[in-house]
Amino acid sequence: MPKKEIAKFSISHLQILDEKAKVDTKLEPDLSEEYLVNMYRWMRLARELDERMLKLQRQGRLGTFPPNTGQEAISIPAALAMQDNDWFLGAFRELGGRLVRGEPLTSTLHYYNGWEEGNILPMDNPRMTPTSVVIGCQIQHAAGTAYASRYKGEDAATVCFIGDGGTSEGDFYEGLNFAAVWKAPVVYICQNNQWAISVPREVQTITETIAQKGIAAGMPCLQVDGNDPLAVHVAVTEALERARKGEGPTFIEAVTYRLMMHTTADDPKKYRSEAEEKDAWTREPMIRTKQYLINKGYWDEAKEEALLAEVKAQVEDAVKEFETPHGWKEDEPFRHVYGTEHPYITEQHQEFLREIQADLAKEADHG
Amino acid sequence: MAKLNMVQAINMALKQEMAKDNRVIVLGEDVAQDGGVFRLTDGLLDDFGKERVIDTPLAESGIIGTSIGMAMAGLRPVCEMQFSGFSYLMMGQFEAHATRMRSRTHGQITLPLVVRMPYGGGVRALEHHSESREATYAHLPGSKVITPSSPRNARALLIAAIRDPDPVVFMEPKHSYRAFREEVPEEEEVMPIGVAQVVQEGTDLTLVSWGAMMRPALKAAAEVEKKRGTSIEIIDMLTISPLDGDTVCRSVQKTGRCVIVQEAPRSYGVSSEITARINDKSLMYLEAPVKRLTGYDVVTPYFGREKNYIPSASRVVRGIEETLDF
Repeated sequence: MPKKEIAKFSISHLQILDEKAKVDTKLEPDLSEEYLVNMYRWMRLARELDERMLKLQRQGRLGTFPPNTGQEAISIPAALAMQDNDWFLGAFRELGGRLVRGEPLTSTLHYYNGWEEGNILPMDNPRMTPTSVVIGCQIQHAAGTAYASRYKGEDAATVCFIGDGGTSEGDFYEGLNFAAVWKAPVVYICQNNQWAISVPREVQTITETIAQKGIAAGMPCLQVDGNDPLAVHVAVTEALERARKGEGPTFIEAVTYRLMMHTTADDPKKYRSEAEEKDAWTREPMIRTKQYLINKGYWDEAKEEALLAEVKAQVEDAVKEFETPHGWKEDEPFRHVYGTEHPYITEQHQEFLREIQADLAKEADHG
Repeated sequence: MAKLNMVQAINMALKQEMAKDNRVIVLGEDVAQDGGVFRLTDGLLDDFGKERVIDTPLAESGIIGTSIGMAMAGLRPVCEMQFSGFSYLMMGQFEAHATRMRSRTHGQITLPLVVRMPYGGGVRALEHHSESREATYAHLPGSKVITPSSPRNARALLIAAIRDPDPVVFMEPKHSYRAFREEVPEEEEVMPIGVAQVVQEGTDLTLVSWGAMMRPALKAAAEVEKKRGTSIEIIDMLTISPLDGDTVCRSVQKTGRCVIVQEAPRSYGVSSEITARINDKSLMYLEAPVKRLTGYDVVTPYFGREKNYIPSASRVVRGIEETLDF
């Protein structure tokens, strides 16, 4: 009865386009000029919106929000690889992917300025959930939406995001396990940006990779360079194929870096060095993606300038619309607690309206 | 009409609703092969197959979390927490997502799901198996809480819960699971959520309860009526949220006296909420303070001494007489 090895695991790392825009031609996906330019356009738009939001927040024109800068090469290629009937379940740093899925630019502005209206999407069946501020919950929702898709006989998969800190949550393990046991058509993507507010990756977990956390649930796991949109595209496309073929979920760790603060209420100077941030900026995704397009002969500085002007104008229009008085009703929350009559809430709704009237009357008196 | 106990009646509701609507999925720990530890889901696996009757991994948060996802995607999951004492592990998902999704999307995403859980004491169970926490779930806006008291109303209310467009916590008084039988019609019967039932009309005192406490309440009322000729109006709340305060207030305006029997600890409980509703609308009709006969604000004792901590019929008799004699 010798002691013997009965299971063996390994984790691969995938990088196709490095920070110097050197491409591994053996792994390079066959993507059209149109596809690549479109992807880059979304990345530029997301970056522009993010930068503009930071200015708005600093000017007091927007509430607290979590910047996305530096993480454009994850949710955007993932969203572009998805079908319309797939589910997109985000955490809160998937701005670009949400835009690709059809969320108007104004939605995120309204949401982060304190209005539920930012969660309401213009599509009939958006197959996209609002931001999950509570960490890790969406991992379980994804196992459920994926189960439902298969049960209903749809050719639909679910793509679900989480951060590195989120992988410490119990819900993360529970959700991965449910999805694996059910062989549910899900692709889980961890955006490992190295920081959960002030807690660095190595304090969060001592595992060599975050990817390997999926091994315990029994699903294929892979680490990719999350600043490399080609690697993300290939990994997500293959995982979606597996999901659609009934082969179950995949867990992808996309290694990136949170170049900005956790949210605008946070000051990273308190817990990390500027040298570290400076170093991370050399690997961010925009520079290499642009250079890749130039190297392919798809891009030049004139096109870049035109694109920058275009996304700036698009963001400007969104900000104008966002700052146009909307007239949303103060008493809206009373209408949406339940889908059925609730006499006691109706009573409180009337009380609320009376109180507002009384306040207005008082203001008028003083006015 | 068959005479069923509550276990059989709930099983009947699940079977009939699953046969009618293939969006209804049952999931939980031991619910499929084993038919549930209390046999509530017995036979469902044979009738509907493993795609619709799912033995889940042992993870309460995972059960509700995946149910939320299923409901988002158009199914009507009926999930089971094996005991309410384990349900706190689902609280994060339930509060952060189940109860809020309708509100935060103004109804664009809704979550029609039911969480069934046995609750309450009196069955000589292991620790964490005897608590009554209906108020905990009722306190959350966006959640509905039902506590049936008999086989017939359990069956009719569970069907209503499954068809409801919102998350419903369906709390089954496990002391009543096999305590008695009642005639339950084979044909469909649905009771409205949020409506209390006047189970006996009377003029001298209003006796209010729900769940397993309806039994000692009814017994005590009969005893006082026999002893003193008192006419007692008895109300079964049935739904804890939305709470039907108006039915209680109407009754109190007639009787002027009210006794509420609650198994759960006294503070911050449903009986306190009912008392507050009476104060709001019926204070001037009262001839005695509203009496709350409840569990005590202690950690639920092990079954060796639980008997004295759960309101008994004799305690209810004393409470009624004190209120009548005030």
